[in-house]
Order: sequence, then structure tokens, then C-alpha cells
Amino acid sequence: MTGSPWDAEPGGDAPGAAHSGRPRRRRGRGERAMVPDARFSSYYGRPILKPPTWRPLDIAGYLYLGGLAGASSLLAAGGHATGRPALARSAKLGAAGAISLSLAALVHDLGRPTRFLNMLRVVKPTSPMSMGSWLLVGYAPLTLAAAASDVVGRYRLVGSAATGAAGVLGPAVATYTAVLISDTAVPSWHEGHRELPFVFAGSAATAAAGLALVAAPVAQTGPARRMAVLGAALELGAFRSMKRRMGLVAEPFEEGRPHTLLRAAEVLTAGGAALAGCAGQRRHGRRLAAVAGAALLTGSAALRFGVFLAGVASAGDPKYTVVPQRERLRDREG
Amino acid sequence: MTHGNQLYGPQPDVAGAAGYADAPPRMGFFTDTSVCIGCKACEVACKEWNAVPEDGLELTGMSYDNTQGLGADTWRHVAFIEQRTTVGEDVDVFDAARRLDTAPPAAAAGQISPVQPEGRTELRWLMSSDVCKHCTHAACLDVCPTGSLFRTEFGTVVVQEDICNGCGYCVPACPYGVIDQRRDDGRAWKCTLCYDRLGAGMEPACAKACPTDSIQFGPLEELRDRAADRVSRLQAAGVTDARLYGASPDDGVGGDGAFFLLLDEPEVYGLPPDPVVTTRDLPDMWRHAAMAAVSLGALAVASFLKRPR
Repeated sequence: MTGSPWDAEPGGDAPGAAHSGRPRRRRGRGERAMVPDARFSSYYGRPILKPPTWRPLDIAGYLYLGGLAGASSLLAAGGHATGRPALARSAKLGAAGAISLSLAALVHDLGRPTRFLNMLRVVKPTSPMSMGSWLLVGYAPLTLAAAASDVVGRYRLVGSAATGAAGVLGPAVATYTAVLISDTAVPSWHEGHRELPFVFAGSAATAAAGLALVAAPVAQTGPARRMAVLGAALELGAFRSMKRRMGLVAEPFEEGRPHTLLRAAEVLTAGGAALAGCAGQRRHGRRLAAVAGAALLTGSAALRFGVFLAGVASAGDPKYTVVPQRERLRDREG
Repeated sequence: MTHGNQLYGPQPDVAGAAGYADAPPRMGFFTDTSVCIGCKACEVACKEWNAVPEDGLELTGMSYDNTQGLGADTWRHVAFIEQRTTVGEDVDVFDAARRLDTAPPAAAAGQISPVQPEGRTELRWLMSSDVCKHCTHAACLDVCPTGSLFRTEFGTVVVQEDICNGCGYCVPACPYGVIDQRRDDGRAWKCTLCYDRLGAGMEPACAKACPTDSIQFGPLEELRDRAADRVSRLQAAGVTDARLYGASPDDGVGGDGAFFLLLDEPEVYGLPPDPVVTTRDLPDMWRHAAMAAVSLGALAVASFLKRPR
């Protein structure tokens, strides 16, 4: 039996020694879920995986802005089609602004920014980043055309077509980013690959709704308020079921800074959605809507940064690599 | 056997699947850690030949290993593991070595007499030269958006430094934590299995420099046969912990182009016990993202269904 002689010496950095994780209590809602002691070997406690080299502000920021833009295009198309010009305009400007900023963040994060056009050298379905680059090449000009036509008030036919096309691509822009980060060896991202697109879809909806609530007159934000409530339900529900299914690798979501951010995201999103739901009926609707919108925008950003940082943490601890893989081997051997 | 672009499973013709019509046999490394002496000649030879920059001069204090791990500027890394083990279950290495010459049917493990009295413990050293695994299904290559990472005619995986734009996607994609970004340069770097030397019919620098033939280079098929023979000899000689790592085409990455003979669990050497190429699940991911996108569209439609206020 290999390993067993050293199991007798818990603790210490010696490789082959079983590192025993301290039992950690998950905070929040009085849950007492205890993660069982994980005993595993490692090479002097060093991580097996290389954590992502991506800068949090650039890439988590991109995840956020991409979602905000994608769902805003839906509000823009809806507002455009149903005669809510102010809602449509704020959503069009939001989508164009957010996607432009996110493209800047993506280029800024490259190790060789001057080579950003190499992204368009190949079309590669196995690379979510390649597919995303092509998606953005199609989507970003549409949002700019839609916004420009709206502001200038000319070329209305082109503007309508661009608004509609951006509305079709918008949901893909908002959800493909989940594939982007799930298609890695990072345990807390990869294991969430089924639910994460739904989490991001919900988070995108709340962000776009938030922007509309801040920027558009209350009379036209009915759809945004409903979108906030539906988006919040989707985001919070999908995130909960994701964590439940992930087992041990859900732990990084429950610890340290990611935990703080995700808890804040939960409170802001739920609170913002509740306020948004009320904003239509109250006398101080305008102010209430602005507060709700700000909460939703912040909540969505906190979610993306929390998910990003939790993934980085999961890559940095060999426990999340070794223990699930050991379990998998044990299950296979029966 | 299926050809073409598979994401997972055995793939006997990697170069053919990558589009090479008349590819040479797949080449690789068999690193037999049971004869590694930790001299680090492989690390030095690799750095010299490939002009890899300095990777930091630190003393880790954890063992004789100050290199710490593979990275952008470390393409061979000799792991050095110091273990306290009970001698009672251990092996008389001199006896075992004698048996290796006289062929397999040797004594069972239990018959080999312990070299020390019962209950005493002793240190053992494990040394292993780690390297890029040149996976059959390489996640780094799959996710690379520029086509900078490519499959060579030898079935190896190489970064084209004039194409890489430093997006960093390959870094978290690698299930072994091999490839990394060079900070001052921005691009991703890793072992090329000395693609330039292979093209000229030479063996890679590390294998050339290895004084004990712990690093063996050759056609992968041949190496797998040799490794199977070696591990059965070691087993027969009582080294029951000897096992191959990355040799099976049925594993999560379709088998490694660079595989190992280890004397303990892989994680003790800093290797993942059951790595799986992340793109195995990519079709499933795209499916779920498509469903989520449709849900988001439906959610928006539902939001607009009421009459305007």
C-alpha cells in the first residue's frame, strides 16, 4: 500500500505526508454544512495547476461588461420594437459603451496587445476565446451602429436592423463567457460548466435591467423591472444549484474574499430586484429605481469578481485538484 | 479506430488527425524516475540549448529542489522528494538490483529480507525530472485562439513564438500546470521537445544530457513497450510501488507523449492523479450555454409581454 506509511504523520510540508484540511464551516443562513476532512498528498503543498495569469480587473471586468452589453441589447431591441424610445436609447448606448470598454479590457490584458488581431487568424470551435472573438467582431459594430443611428436620428432602417441583430447576438455574448472560463482545468470553474451559463445569463439580465433603471424614465422601465426580478431569480437559483452539485470544489466560493463578494452580490441582487419590483408603484419611483438600478449593477459586478477570484483560489490549492481526482479514481475502480 | 478531430479518447494517429499525410512515428519521452539521481543535467541542458532565461535564484528551504516547478522559464524540473518511510516494508536495493540482471521470475516482495530491524524508519529520496506531457488531447492547443500552439509532425505540441499574443488561455487550461506566461515578454512558453533538434534527427537536449538514461527519447510505441517491461521487472524484484504514469491511451488526456515510471502516487511528485482534458466537456458546455442564451432571450420576451405602462 503506497502512501500509507506517511499517512501516519499528518501535517508538515513533507511530500507524501497527508495534508489534512481543517474542517471549515460554511458561513451564512445558519447552514452547518461541514466539508469533511480532506486528506491528500502533494509536492510540498505546492499547487499542481498554474493559476490564470489574467488580471482580475480586465477579465472579471470583461465578464461583467460582456453580460451588461449582451442583455442591454435585448432591452434595446425590445424597447425599440414596443415604442419605448428612452429605454431603447439608454440600452443601446449602454450596450455600445460596455462592449467597447470590454474590448479595451481584453486587448489590455494580452501579453502582446499589438498582436490582438492574431485572434482572427483562425476560426477554432475548440477555443471559446476564438469563437468569442468572432462573436464580438460581429456584435460590437452592430451595437455601435444601433447607438449611433439612435443618437444621430438618421439611417433609421440600418439602425433598426442593427438593433435587431444585436438583440439576436446579445444572449450569446452574455453566456459564452461562462464557457470561456469553464473550459479550463480550474476546478471551481470547470465543475460548474453546466450551471454557470445560466448564472451569467441571470447576472447579465440584472445588470442590464439595473442600467435601464438608472438611466431611463420610470414610465418606460416596466420591462426592465420585470427583467430584474426574473434575472435575479435565475442567477440566484442557478448559483445555488451549481454549488450544491459541485461538492468540495464549491468551497472556494464560501471562503475569503470570493465569499464576501458573492454574499454582497446575493444581497444586492435580491434587494435590487425587490426594490425594482416596487419602483413602478411608488410615488418616489424615480429615486427608488435609481437605487435599485445601482444595487443591481453593483451586485452583478460583485458576482463576476467573486466567481473569478474563487476560480483563481481553487487553482492555487492542490486540494481541489487532487481530492476530486482521487475520488474519481476510487469510484472507477469500484 | 476513429480519425479526425476527436476531443477525447485513444487516438493512435495524432499527427494524422492533425492533418499530416506522411508523418514520422510519434516521438516522446519515457522518464524512468527509478534511476534518476537528481543531477539536474537535464534542466541545465534544456536551458542552454533553448536559451531559456533565468527563472529566479531562490533557496526554497523545502528540499534540494530550488527550481520548484515547471513554468515559462523552466521546461525541465527535477522534483526532489524526501520521505520518511518504514524500513520493515522496504526493499534490499542491492538484492533487487542483482535480480534485475537475472530476469523476471524473482522472489516475491515478502521474501526479500528487510535491511534494517523492524520498526526503524529511514529517509528515502525520490527524484523525478518533470516535463511537458505533450498530451494526445492537449487542452492548451485546443483552447489557443490564435493557432500559435500547434501539433508537429512528430505528434508533439509546440508554441509558435511569433504568433502567440499572450492571451494566457493555455495557462489555466493545462491540467498539469506546465505552460506559463513569461512576465516581461507576455507570451506563453513551454517545452518544445526540442522541435529544432528533432527536425535534424537529433534527440532532445535533456535526454542527451541525462547520465543515467532516466530520460529516454524515442518513438512512443517503443518507449511504451520498454516501460511496460521495466515496470514488470521492478515489480517482480519487489518494488511494488513502481507504476507507469501517463502511459495509457485510455486515460483522461488520451495518453501522454511524455510519460513516467513513478515510485509513489503521482500527487507526491506534484502530478495530478487523474487529469482530464477540459475540452472533453466542451460540447456539453456549448450546449448549456446555448440553452442559457435561449433562456435569456425568453426572459427578455417575457419581460416585454405586458402592455406598456
